[in-house]
Amino acid sequence: MSFSSKLDQIFILLQHWIAGFFPQALQPVVGTILGVVAIVAAFPGIFALTTVLERKGLGRMQNRLGPNRVGPLGILQPVADGIKSLTKEDIVPLSADALVHFLAPVVLVVAIFLCYAVLPVGRNMVLMNMDAGLLFFFAIGASTELSIFMAGWSSRNKYSLLGAMRAVAQMISYEVPLLLSSVVAVMITGSLSTVKIVEAQSGFTGWFPHWYVFTPWGFAGFVLFVIAALAETNRSPFDLPEGESELVAGYFTEYSGFKFALFFLGEYLGMFSIAGFAITLFLGGWGAPLSVLGFIPSWAWFFAKLFGAIFFFIWLRGTMPRLRQDQLMNFAWKFMLPMALLNLLVAGAWRFLGEGWSRWVICSVVLIGAYVLLGRVLMRGQHLGPRSYRYAD
Amino acid sequence: MIFGLGIAFLLTSALTVAGAVAAAVLKNLVHCALSLTVTFAGLALLYLELGAQFAGFSQILVYIGAVAILVVFAILLTRGAAVPEYRNYSSSWFLGLAIAAAVFALLTWAVTKSLPASETVSAPAVNVQSIGVALMSTYVLPLEIVAVLLTVALIGAVIVAMPESREPKSSLERSGK
Amino acid sequence: MTPLSAFLIVAALVFAIGLAIALTRRNAILVLIGIELMLNAANLNLIAFWRFSPHPAGHSGGLTGMMFAIFSIAVAAAEAAVGLGLVIAYHRHTKTTDLDAMTRMKG
Repeated sequence: MSFSSKLDQIFILLQHWIAGFFPQALQPVVGTILGVVAIVAAFPGIFALTTVLERKGLGRMQNRLGPNRVGPLGILQPVADGIKSLTKEDIVPLSADALVHFLAPVVLVVAIFLCYAVLPVGRNMVLMNMDAGLLFFFAIGASTELSIFMAGWSSRNKYSLLGAMRAVAQMISYEVPLLLSSVVAVMITGSLSTVKIVEAQSGFTGWFPHWYVFTPWGFAGFVLFVIAALAETNRSPFDLPEGESELVAGYFTEYSGFKFALFFLGEYLGMFSIAGFAITLFLGGWGAPLSVLGFIPSWAWFFAKLFGAIFFFIWLRGTMPRLRQDQLMNFAWKFMLPMALLNLLVAGAWRFLGEGWSRWVICSVVLIGAYVLLGRVLMRGQHLGPRSYRYAD
Repeated sequence: MIFGLGIAFLLTSALTVAGAVAAAVLKNLVHCALSLTVTFAGLALLYLELGAQFAGFSQILVYIGAVAILVVFAILLTRGAAVPEYRNYSSSWFLGLAIAAAVFALLTWAVTKSLPASETVSAPAVNVQSIGVALMSTYVLPLEIVAVLLTVALIGAVIVAMPESREPKSSLERSGK
Repeated sequence: MTPLSAFLIVAALVFAIGLAIALTRRNAILVLIGIELMLNAANLNLIAFWRFSPHPAGHSGGLTGMMFAIFSIAVAAAEAAVGLGLVIAYHRHTKTTDLDAMTRMKG
């Protein structure tokens, strides 16, 4: 085994080495537990790093410094935040439904951790190589909606309830294009297994990889998936459920202390998992972007792509204004859904048109034509233009 | 192993039945809907235990992701979340309970009488691909019919639940422009 | 290995509870919940029989029971949507979801 392939498999070798200390019968169990421990340790670690990156990045975009007091360059800020949220008083409103109020953040975090079970973070590095892995992800992702409803309803607060209703309506609406846009990758791969989807993209033509995003249907699917993922995770510009200027903090208005930290953690872990699946489905998973860069370990590529996605999310948050509720729903049902359905047709056509340049032309023309046509029709009568200001005389 | 049954089976079936019982006796409608979700999850786990991975995940996706949310929305839209002052059970509740108990007794009697105590059949090797192939070949007509049914149900539900008078909507549109 | 009869008895129990909910509760939404539970119990039966029946080799030969359950899940979703839509429409007319009060045929 060469050095680079050893480095590639370092975590698997470590797992086997530790499991080797246990009796033969217990080894699979120990291996699984080690995998779970790795996931539970790694992603909250990335969460801690992301909070400080986000605050510093947003600070840069808003022409200020961001946190810079705790530790060198403010890097220890998450530690301080964690200690603060652990020591704060846990307030439960008097009229709240105490049991449901307690269960909501727990259900959210547990469900989101379950999603990581089918996320391949490197070659051979997946906890469960399930035959229906992608379906598992969507099924578990759908059940997080219920925990948000539980949080909003049990607080007995109008802002919480409004925020929860907005969040659930938004997540249900955007789940349809999210599912449909990921189906193209499943269609071309011929499998719902996340590992097989990544392996199908691991080839190279010359130097260039066979990522799905470099095909017409893959590009359209990727863009639709990312927009739907933004809405699904309630990130800006789709952060209506927790719009501070309208709803205080939305469904977790009445949460404090550790439960609030759990919601915060759940939201960011949801963002990482959905970004991870976008990478898995369209950006080649753990594959290297150029064939000559194959010596760098696969897990390093996955996490590099994940941090790229996180930066993209932070960038959007710093630059995009929030949508209105009617714009949000119109966008989902009148633009995203038709485009996702058309993309399915295009992917089917791609599959049956055979090799050659003709399928590139046909698929691109159909998608761009539909985009232009749909955009024209939907933007008719919108009267968009530079904002006119009126000042008091 | 208790009574020859696996621990996993006992736990999941206890969860399923407990959720169903809670949905039957709780006063608050939202609590009923949430305990119903527990039952759905328990049934999905039972499907997984039976080796039906695809059906189990579909169960979670459809029932917890869609039906439970629909139920909860309907409860809130009909102002059912507050505990009502009147009784929760209909006037002829004893009759209903008796019928349910009789049905359960009959089913249990039938199950225990008609089957051999234990039989072992090797687990069928089914992957998602074979389900997909079957859906597109043997079961293509049912698939199309279900697609039409779902479309009809979607349109029908929207039309049934839509407010009949168009007045408020058009005035909203006018004020928006 | 858990025998088939254990699954069937759990399904029978869930079915009976669903029937009890549908027959005894007054709220129309809860009656729909009871119906959903009965459908789910039937699905459990279908999948249990699929698991414990002999599987003929070949093209989709041994899939009938599971297919039945999958189609039943899809149909149940449609049923829930229409049923709840009806309850909401009725509530808009009469401001009640109480089945004992639903005695008029006129809207």
